[in-house]
Amino acid sequence: MLDLQTLIDMRYQVVAVILFCIGFATLFLHPNLIKKVIGLNLMDSAVFLMLAAVGYIDGGKAPIIVDGITDASYYINPVPGGLVLTGIVVAVSTTALFLALIQRLYYMYHTLNLDEILLLAKRSEHY
Amino acid sequence: MPFVNNVPFFSIFIAMLGGIVMPLIKNGRIALRVTEAAAAIIGVLSAWLLCAVVASGESFTYMMGHFPAPWGNELRAGPLEAMMALAFCMIMILGLEGGRRDMFDDISAHKQNSYCLMLNLLLASVLALVYTNDVFTAYVFIEINAISACGIVMARRFGNSLVAAVRYLVISCVGSGLFLMGIVLLYTCTGQLLMPGMDTAVQALAASGEYRVPLLIAVALVAVGLSIKSALFPFYGWLPNAYASATTSGSAVQAGLISKGYVILFIKLIYRVFTLEVMRDLHILQALFVMGLSGMIIASIRAYQEQSTKRMLGFSSAAQIAYIFMGIGLGTHEGMVAACYQILAHTITKPLLFTSAGMLIRSAHGSKNLHDLRGTARKNPLAGVGFTIGGLSLCGLPLLAGFAAKYYLGVAAMGDPKKMLFALLVLAGSSVLNAMYYLPAIVGIWFPADKGAAEPLAEEREDKGFILSTAVFIGLNIFLGVAIGPMIKLIELGLSLL
Repeated sequence: MLDLQTLIDMRYQVVAVILFCIGFATLFLHPNLIKKVIGLNLMDSAVFLMLAAVGYIDGGKAPIIVDGITDASYYINPVPGGLVLTGIVVAVSTTALFLALIQRLYYMYHTLNLDEILLLAKRSEHY
Repeated sequence: MPFVNNVPFFSIFIAMLGGIVMPLIKNGRIALRVTEAAAAIIGVLSAWLLCAVVASGESFTYMMGHFPAPWGNELRAGPLEAMMALAFCMIMILGLEGGRRDMFDDISAHKQNSYCLMLNLLLASVLALVYTNDVFTAYVFIEINAISACGIVMARRFGNSLVAAVRYLVISCVGSGLFLMGIVLLYTCTGQLLMPGMDTAVQALAASGEYRVPLLIAVALVAVGLSIKSALFPFYGWLPNAYASATTSGSAVQAGLISKGYVILFIKLIYRVFTLEVMRDLHILQALFVMGLSGMIIASIRAYQEQSTKRMLGFSSAAQIAYIFMGIGLGTHEGMVAACYQILAHTITKPLLFTSAGMLIRSAHGSKNLHDLRGTARKNPLAGVGFTIGGLSLCGLPLLAGFAAKYYLGVAAMGDPKKMLFALLVLAGSSVLNAMYYLPAIVGIWFPADKGAAEPLAEEREDKGFILSTAVFIGLNIFLGVAIGPMIKLIELGLSLL
């Protein structure tokens, strides 16, 4: 069952899940758009932490062959690292689009609060 | 390797290339033509691929850069993928042609090439979702899809478009975040990212009963993530505004392509990784079935209450997507076939409705309110016919695509005695609701509120693109409504070769 030792052994995963939940809640529930962006990044970072923790093998070196050692157990798993890199690129581009959108919305409505923006937009309905 | 096996890669590549050249083309009209040409080339290639895989009777795996399985990235194509790619390319061209005028009016001249860039990117991402054999690639293209869809919504620079875009982006990020977490958990359980390897690992886990909770959570996260992205009830809140505030061609392309790409990815994942048995075992299919049933009713009621034409069509899309998930939730092979048929039927029908509604709204001088559209079909008869055919198809009039899809959903529901009663009752109820909002709208557009106001607009020159697109849309609709047998056979072949 869940005991302290498991929690300590799985600390990266536990932290990752907690971070993911915080990020998810912020993105989903917080009315401030900038905080939503922060929540999005927190959520993505949590996933990256989880991936990096999965790929790490205790005592392993970076997966680059130097001294001719081809024994796989000597290195850490490179695949999660690749995934994290790809994920970071995706997160950066989503964040950029998000921030650009927020900037435009701010010019138009002079607020960053999504609830207020929705109210203002409802008044000038143009669907 | 036969040359035709390169088609999946070429399709994605051409669409991306189309996107890359867009910033160089300053003229919006040329940009639009290039976009359509790219889609046409991909469509022809997909048709060729479809013929080849149907003739050979097998699907194939394409290794990117010839790196074998655990290292390389793979594409996979069979009849279902080729058919969907063909359908998406056709919708892209027809939707763009049908909404061409609105595009030039709604989007400022120096932004039109950026809008076309987004369209190309959207097509590339949807094709990649259809063809990919690697779940992480799927995640990357899900994000690209969200970004391009968001760009399409915000291209029309009204405040409401921006608000709709930001809401869409937030919900999208939530959905793709959940999907990413799901595939990371799957990766930690199975150590695989390619679908074939993950498939054997998931089967072994399911058989041994090991890691049952992580597996359940991972599959549930993937399912919830994809259903948020494809606007299944109760996650459809973003959809009506996003569709309503885009320009006509944007709405048409979105309604035809975006959510369908996710659903096809989901069907591929079910068939190639999770299998129906495991999904049923984990009770995910049952949950999807219930969400589908609720969506069919609730989204239809929302559409019934709606006054804005495009928002009504948006809610109706949410209801139609719920039909697809109801078919998936049946958990039988027939249910999946019906879901695929519904995907095709809706992909063909909804863009027709959006382009016709766009034309009618033009005739009503830009008012989207259903009241103001009264009598507009007299001014623009072809748009009226298009709207009528589309609406009747979704109400389930025989000989039209919507009827065929509903009929086959009903037949599929008969296969499961426990779910049959609910499925048939809700199907009937939802059809009645569809008729309750589409029929008044159709009657309304043909009969003006005040007599004598029904002069055809003099300044509206004949729009050849719209005439062509409406004619082809109607033809496709009737084809899907009549050729049920061969199409079902094709879908069955495609599903068995997934």
